Amino acid sequence: MQTSPAATVPGEAHENLALLHHFATPEQQKDAASLGMWIFLVTEVMFFGGMFCAYLIYRYWYFGDFAAASSSIDLTLGTINTAVLICSSLTVAMAVRCAQVGKQKSIVVYLILTIILGVAFLGIKGLEYKQKFDENHVPGQASFHLAGHVPRHPDLPVNQQHAQIYFSLYFAMTGMHALHMIIGVGLFSYLAYKAWKGLYGPGYYTPLENGGLYWHFVDIVWIYLFPLLYLIDRHP
Amino acid sequence: MATAVLETGERETYLNREYGIQSWLLTVDHKRIALLYLMGITFFFFIGGFFALLIRLELLTPAGDLVQADTYNKLFTMHGQIMVFFFLIPSVPAVLGNFLIPIMIGAKDLAFPRINLLSWYLYMIAGVMMLYTILNGGVDTGWTFYTPLSTEFLKTNVVTAALAVFVAGFSSIFTGLNFIVTIHRMRAPGMTWNRLPLFVWAHYATSLIQVLGTPVLAISLVLVALERVLHLGIFNPALGGDPLLFQHLFWFYSHPAVYIMILPGMGIVSEIVCCFSRKRIFGYKAMAMALLGIAVVGFLVWAHHMFVAGISLYAALIFSLLSYFVAVPSAIKVFNWTATMYKGSITYQTPMLYAFGFVGLFTMGGLTGLFLASLGVDVHVTDTYFVIAHFHYIMVGGMVMAYLGGMHFWWPKISGRMYPEAWGRLAALLVFVGFNLTFFPQFVLGYMGMPRRYWDYSHSPEFQILNVLSTAGATILAVGYLLPMVYFLWSMRYGKPAPDNPWNAAGLEWMIPSPPSTYNFEEQPVVSWEAYNYDEIKEEVPVAN
Repeated sequence: MQTSPAATVPGEAHENLALLHHFATPEQQKDAASLGMWIFLVTEVMFFGGMFCAYLIYRYWYFGDFAAASSSIDLTLGTINTAVLICSSLTVAMAVRCAQVGKQKSIVVYLILTIILGVAFLGIKGLEYKQKFDENHVPGQASFHLAGHVPRHPDLPVNQQHAQIYFSLYFAMTGMHALHMIIGVGLFSYLAYKAWKGLYGPGYYTPLENGGLYWHFVDIVWIYLFPLLYLIDRHP
Repeated sequence: MATAVLETGERETYLNREYGIQSWLLTVDHKRIALLYLMGITFFFFIGGFFALLIRLELLTPAGDLVQADTYNKLFTMHGQIMVFFFLIPSVPAVLGNFLIPIMIGAKDLAFPRINLLSWYLYMIAGVMMLYTILNGGVDTGWTFYTPLSTEFLKTNVVTAALAVFVAGFSSIFTGLNFIVTIHRMRAPGMTWNRLPLFVWAHYATSLIQVLGTPVLAISLVLVALERVLHLGIFNPALGGDPLLFQHLFWFYSHPAVYIMILPGMGIVSEIVCCFSRKRIFGYKAMAMALLGIAVVGFLVWAHHMFVAGISLYAALIFSLLSYFVAVPSAIKVFNWTATMYKGSITYQTPMLYAFGFVGLFTMGGLTGLFLASLGVDVHVTDTYFVIAHFHYIMVGGMVMAYLGGMHFWWPKISGRMYPEAWGRLAALLVFVGFNLTFFPQFVLGYMGMPRRYWDYSHSPEFQILNVLSTAGATILAVGYLLPMVYFLWSMRYGKPAPDNPWNAAGLEWMIPSPPSTYNFEEQPVVSWEAYNYDEIKEEVPVAN
């Protein structure tokens, strides 16, 4: 690709291997990438927003059944997963910080830690799904059955239809979240490879920063999903 | 810097810089990607048009005799899905917007050239999925995918169609994202927000809708697919799920989507009207703010598609009132175009003919929209041909007119060749006459009570005369659409070479050669003038050839 004269800034040429031809300065390129990432996250908010909207309506209509269904989910695994995910956000932030201060080896270490935590989250999530399949809590199956009654209403058995709506939302929302996690793990594998090649340092770490933004976003989605799906009307 | 010259002695342009299939399929040049899109959307326009023609032929006689009822359902479904998602939504942004926005703001390319190419690939993948859907027996949900019909009952290819629209949606999201960042970050020195051409403002407003609305459609369609494949039950009434919820989510995108279709057209018309009136746009700031106003208010009116679907009276009242508000910025635009023409030095080249058509037909489409926004009238004409006529006046009479006007206006810049002016005017006239003959009778039909989506109206043979008129109009319209494709292709080889500024128009795109070089500008332009500074341009539009 032929670069035009405006693309190089005097004195910085050796640092700007990654400056694309159509940007005038590295600052402009970084600004554009950041803005693009933030707008992408806005689209993600709208994407998940559709499901949150559906959740809101059905939880309002069928609160008792949602509470009963929510109580059937393994709270311990969910809590562990929340902790795992928050830790992974920390390691991502550390990776970006290491790039800023030029500790190139530590970038790779922190990224690999993030990937491990991400895979751990997905593994635990898989265990939870397995439990739901074993307990016949999968919506749309003829065998679907959620035993018990609405919390604090022993005379009110769980409405099997409404419970299926809860589990439909549970699988759709956590499934979509897990899909984003898988994409994130793939993304960080690529970034870790590039970091290992020494591409990122104080002068250039935009992909790392934007990858981090994505990961934090996926975490924040979980921070909402956890109380909304696991903690409905739970009492000790 | 001197202009680059090829070995043959020709000036190097984005078209002749490289040859071969790879130089196109792997290009990151926004101008080449625009042409790739042009081929895609033209293909789908004619596929969608073919379905429309079959619909019109079926309705020529009251009896359902040309196709079976099920086939007819598939025809109007695929006509709608292809025209909306594969032609109207990408048409102006992905072709003209892609080509012109970087040039108009003085940039070398869009902010993310590779994402731009990715958008095109997503569009093509979606297109292949849609073609697969068609060839595999089609889909008959109606373009709206309403549940539970789509999720529980139909046996056709709902999933592939929904996923095709899903993928096309991401193409649209990435285009919008690219435009927003480009307009924010890539403007040339001196190109302030108040100096932006309205074409750019229009795409900015459009992109906001694409970015905020499309993801909601995407998740709705994913949920529909999950309901069909995995039997989740979020919209399933048998479980206590609410089909209205799907309609809310669907129209939350699909109403603003109408503005994705019309706003870029408004941008085109502003450029054309100024050029062929030799005047600065009347009320520049009001015009820019009206574009944003339509985009914002457009997000607050979706439930007017659901007045008879069982929403509460109070919700209906509020959505009715909000729908009227859309008329305010729309009227500002119509009045300001008219005021721009007032005492202007008007010439009647092809692009201007389309712009005239746009203003008139958009006004009719908009005013009949007010009928539909009022609750009482809406109950009477819901799901009749009145609605069909209304939105075709906006989408075809408005948007396609503007698109064709824009294609004629910038064709010399895109191809470096002039189209034949006399043929252009004839085609514009045919499109205008054919369009009105097709769709005006449908207003009457709808008001008389002919329902949409019926393939047989043998119980009301009095509807036939209007249907015959409509079908006759569609035939003229088809000729009007085929003509430009023929003479555009012809002009690429035989057209007169275009000068850099064939219309003596204002704007950065007219200050560079036709066709432009790969990086658009030899030197970074610095802008020191307002948009549409026609008072500083003494030359008139050259006399047509």
